[in-house]
Amino acid sequence: MAVLTPGFRGRPRSEHALPPGQYEVTDFPVLSAGPTPRVPTDTWTLTVTDETGRRREWSWAEFTALPQERPTVDLHCVTRWSKFGTSWKGVSLDTLFADVETSAGFVLVGCDGGYTTNLPVSDLLGGKAWIAHTYEGSPLAPVHGGPARLLVPHLYLWKSAKWVRSIQLVTQDVPGFWEQLGYHDRGDPWREQRYQGDQ
Amino acid sequence: MTSELVGRAVLGWRVAELVESWPETASARALVLGVPDWPGHRAGQHVDLRLTGPDGYTTERSYSLASPAARSPGGWRLQLVVQRVQDGEVSPYLTDVFAAGNLIEVRGPIGGWFVWSPREGGGAPVLLVAGGSGIVPLMSMIRERRFRRDRTPFRLVYSLRTQADELFADELNRPGIGDGGVETFVVRTREDSPRSGRPAGRISAADLAAWGWPADFAPRCFVCGPTGFVEEVARLLLSLGHSPDDIKTERFGPSGP
Ligand SMILES: Cc1cc2nc3c(=O)[nH]c(=O)nc-3n(C[C@H](O)[C@H](O)[C@H](O)COP(=O)(O)OP(=O)(O)OC[C@H]3O[C@@H](n4cnc5c(N)ncnc54)[C@H](O)[C@@H]3O)c2cc1C
Repeated sequence: MAVLTPGFRGRPRSEHALPPGQYEVTDFPVLSAGPTPRVPTDTWTLTVTDETGRRREWSWAEFTALPQERPTVDLHCVTRWSKFGTSWKGVSLDTLFADVETSAGFVLVGCDGGYTTNLPVSDLLGGKAWIAHTYEGSPLAPVHGGPARLLVPHLYLWKSAKWVRSIQLVTQDVPGFWEQLGYHDRGDPWREQRYQGDQ
Repeated sequence: MTSELVGRAVLGWRVAELVESWPETASARALVLGVPDWPGHRAGQHVDLRLTGPDGYTTERSYSLASPAARSPGGWRLQLVVQRVQDGEVSPYLTDVFAAGNLIEVRGPIGGWFVWSPREGGGAPVLLVAGGSGIVPLMSMIRERRFRRDRTPFRLVYSLRTQADELFADELNRPGIGDGGVETFVVRTREDSPRSGRPAGRISAADLAAWGWPADFAPRCFVCGPTGFVEEVARLLLSLGHSPDDIKTERFGPSGP
């Protein structure tokens, strides 16, 4: 094959293990599909609804009174930037699902602004996902999903839905916002699952 | 929301050749890529470019398509416009080194949300708000409208630092035949605009009220540019009464505040 992009050398490589196709950033890029919702915590609620329609709801006070965890995680965005060692505070999905009895295999996450994303339940449980409200010691800024966002660091960041409000358990996988627009259903950065049709 | 991209075949990498390029401004270059087997695209979509170094190192970046979805006699020609980011890894290569005849890999089209097609939205007028190189996908909408001979009323509010930074200046200031119904207003942040009598300054609610559409007309709004710009314009549009459902944003930028 002919030489591609002759003369291109790139930069000194990241000291971190980057998933394929990613490059490291030290700032925190913002990507979203519409205006940033601004939701006061006094009207904010989080609901988990199981496949039989049973709802659990937490107000901000109830949610922040739940046991808190402080994960330090790496972020990988499908637009190719990766950011290492970000620190968060929030509630583990294991805690939220502690007394949810379900045989549903999937969730559809809903957000202020109408954004949705789908995930298998198995990607949320076992210490893999949080609802985060604090970033690097400060309340999470609205542009980054404040007051609270889902954080699922082992998948591309569009799964870590900003402005999260609801988690609906469903027995059949239903594509969310970007998944309907051609992005991969699962979004594992290490397997480079960017778009529909990627393995 | 459309679901037309669901179930589509794998979006593979294609080899493209740089056919032609020219400086759009002192710091931005237009690139025309020849991609013989391009599948077509919608105005507003982008591509991913993959660059490969001599040791096999690769890196990828996204660039919006500036061209309408039109095949030229020589096959598909995709136009991109790359703005040089001073300490960037990729953009200085694309603006200063990448030369006609060189090859690059391209994947796309990508993005099914920040898109416009004629007759979409039942004839609602369109407001385009661009900051800097955010003009690129909006230009593809203007060109698509012209190419399809569509009559949807368009208004463009284009914010840039100085006149010298204006992309597509000729085309925007001397609209082509059939462009009736596209009105352009330029907001300069670092120098006055003698013609409109507007002093230097950032885009304001007054600019959007004067040059956009009234919220009552329920225009489709497309806002593209650096993150801080998009954030501010979306906030101003909401304050002017536009519905969040009518505002689509695309953020090129590096950081949030
Ligand atoms: C959907 C999409 C469409 C895009 N379309 C275009 C386009 O049409 N034209 C275009 O020129 N760019 C576009 N971009 C931005 C482009 O992908 C690159 O981010 C940009 O060219 C910088 O890459 P780089 O490798 O030169 O800089 P990097 O090496 O990635 O970054 C170097 C430094 O510059 C900062 N930086 C990165 N990107 C930008 C930026 N856009 N503006 C200012 N500072 C930045 C970084 O934070 C970092 O500090 C688009 C981005 C997206 C997500």
